[in-house]
Amino acid sequence: MREGNAILVSRHLDTKNENNKGRKLVRNSSLLVISIILLILFIGMSISVGAANIKLSTVWKAVFQFNPNIQAHQIIQEIRLPRTLGAALVGAALAVSGAILQGITRNPLASPSILGVSDGAAFALVICLVYIPTATMAEQSVASFIGAGIATAIIFGISALAKGGVSPAKLALAGVAISSLFRSITTAIALHYQVAENMSFWYAGGLSKVNWQGVSILSIVCVVGIVIATMLAKGITILSLGEEVSKGLGQNTFFVKTMAFIIVLLLTGAAVSVAGPIGFIGLVIPHITRFIVGSDYRWIIPASALLGAILLVLSDSVARLVNAPFETPVGAITAIIGVPFFLYLARGEGSRR
Amino acid sequence: MKINTKQRKLVKILSIMVLLVILLLLISLNLGVVKISPMNVFQTLIGNGTPKDQFVLLELRLPRMVLAILIGAGLAVSGSILQAISKNDLAEPGIIGINAGAGFAVVLFIFTFQGTMTGLSALGIWLLPIFAFLGALTAAALIYILAWKKGINPIRLVLVGIGVNSGFGAAITIMQIKMNPQDFMKAAVWLSGDIWGTNWNFVIAILPWFILLIPYAIWKSHTLNILSLGDQLAIGLGTSVERERLKVLLVAVAIAGFCVAAGGGISFLGLVAPHIARKIMGPKHQLILPVAAIIGSFILLLSDAIGQNLLSPTQISVGIVVAIISAPYFIYLLMKTN
Repeated sequence: MREGNAILVSRHLDTKNENNKGRKLVRNSSLLVISIILLILFIGMSISVGAANIKLSTVWKAVFQFNPNIQAHQIIQEIRLPRTLGAALVGAALAVSGAILQGITRNPLASPSILGVSDGAAFALVICLVYIPTATMAEQSVASFIGAGIATAIIFGISALAKGGVSPAKLALAGVAISSLFRSITTAIALHYQVAENMSFWYAGGLSKVNWQGVSILSIVCVVGIVIATMLAKGITILSLGEEVSKGLGQNTFFVKTMAFIIVLLLTGAAVSVAGPIGFIGLVIPHITRFIVGSDYRWIIPASALLGAILLVLSDSVARLVNAPFETPVGAITAIIGVPFFLYLARGEGSRR
Repeated sequence: MKINTKQRKLVKILSIMVLLVILLLLISLNLGVVKISPMNVFQTLIGNGTPKDQFVLLELRLPRMVLAILIGAGLAVSGSILQAISKNDLAEPGIIGINAGAGFAVVLFIFTFQGTMTGLSALGIWLLPIFAFLGALTAAALIYILAWKKGINPIRLVLVGIGVNSGFGAAITIMQIKMNPQDFMKAAVWLSGDIWGTNWNFVIAILPWFILLIPYAIWKSHTLNILSLGDQLAIGLGTSVERERLKVLLVAVAIAGFCVAAGGGISFLGLVAPHIARKIMGPKHQLILPVAAIIGSFILLLSDAIGQNLLSPTQISVGIVVAIISAPYFIYLLMKTN
């Protein structure tokens, strides 16, 4: 971690170089533009492919000249469109959460799961499955959101009550401990009451249950979260250089950290309660983004949102297609698409020094 | 003077922990589906037991406990080494893909012989650990090769580890979904950690490696101290960083491989035992490694006893119990120390 800082510091100093700065601005803005185009392209593709293939021109008409009498328009409006938009929003939410957490804990192994969100949600869900088997989808989502909140509150409480106050290292460790605790209890309950297979489908994540209601909640949370995160970006960049640096520069570290955690909880909580804990995106997309745009969070946050959205939309289309009509767990597909790319970029890491 | 007090503390803690382990061993020998009184246990141990007691104690329970002690110590040492060389608090064999590699091999095995192995056939008991070990080694080799670029950089090692872990994890998920329910349960139990090689042959197969590798790791403590300071400092102090790091990394991976082969994907122990030891003993690895090892043994032995007996005859996977009993203590330590 100490070495990680050294790299971050040296890269940060790099960007001070004026020449470099101009080049970076051009490169990063063009990356954002390309990403937006790619995202729109993939969204169109994702809507048109599936059990019934629908032409792109029909997709266009279904969105802008909706005709309830045409079946293809119905499929698009009721099933494909919410699902695809949901995928984009969930991908963006998870990637931004991961980027923020890695920045403030200064640990490359940090991901939204260390705040206990997914494991808290899973715990609430298994209780729901075992004791209230009649609960509807929406009630299960609410339960998992509450579980996520409780787990995060416990983790934050522990590190706040600890001697010496909240420190990133302590938070990461408390997060891992509480997450493991919740996950173990969840597994024990699931194995004992024979709901392990249901749980494993939930753990694998999936977007098949996304509806317009979910999309509307997600889009509000995402817009608010990502806008505030972008406003906090400068503070997060400074925090990622170290607590002392941050305090030395006169930053209110407590405020930045608290705001950042609230955003992460909202974004991940909403994503997990709609789509389950889709792994990999929150851990790896921030790294991929950092390899490309550098260490400034004003770039990292919007870029990870776009890359996360692209990866999840693409993975969701693949998940529907490879083994149609059955769905393959989307979390596995994201990893299969993303891992080779990630390993390639990770090999470049360190050689730039 | 200071060294002396530290050493005295080490001796004190080690002897307390060894006593606790022995006590726990004796208590858990009594427990199980067949209850055997302490007196009979004693009689059996000195060779005067009934054939039935002898069978249950010496052939079923004792080898399992010896394995628990070995695996616990092994995971703790492996975790300590990985935390030192990656300089990352969250490092453990599970998070950088070694467990996932082994898990992948095991799930592949169960998947290939789907349905043909009702229960666990004699062949399966022997082949599974070998598969697991090979899987762990493959994962480690993959991580090392992919992270190698004119040397190993600790951050790159961790990043590549995450990637390999995710890749294997995805493959496991996909295969698991295609399994029938019985095989699925078998895989799920294995993945959450389960000591199953409960016979002496198994102990004999892995014991020599542990006797060799764990003391070697402790002997290399000085290297670990230097490596955990960072590469520049280590080179400045005249250490040939790459070679030394490869040596200790190989030790960590080999130990983890044996542990996974015998105990399945027990997570969290390799993370928590080194931290507890560090909180008690300070930053020196000469002191951390032995204490972490004995703490690991104690936690795993205790977890196994609880998992076997609490809901008897239903068994709880030992990996689950490990997290449930060690997380609270770990959190307590986290809150208490600065």
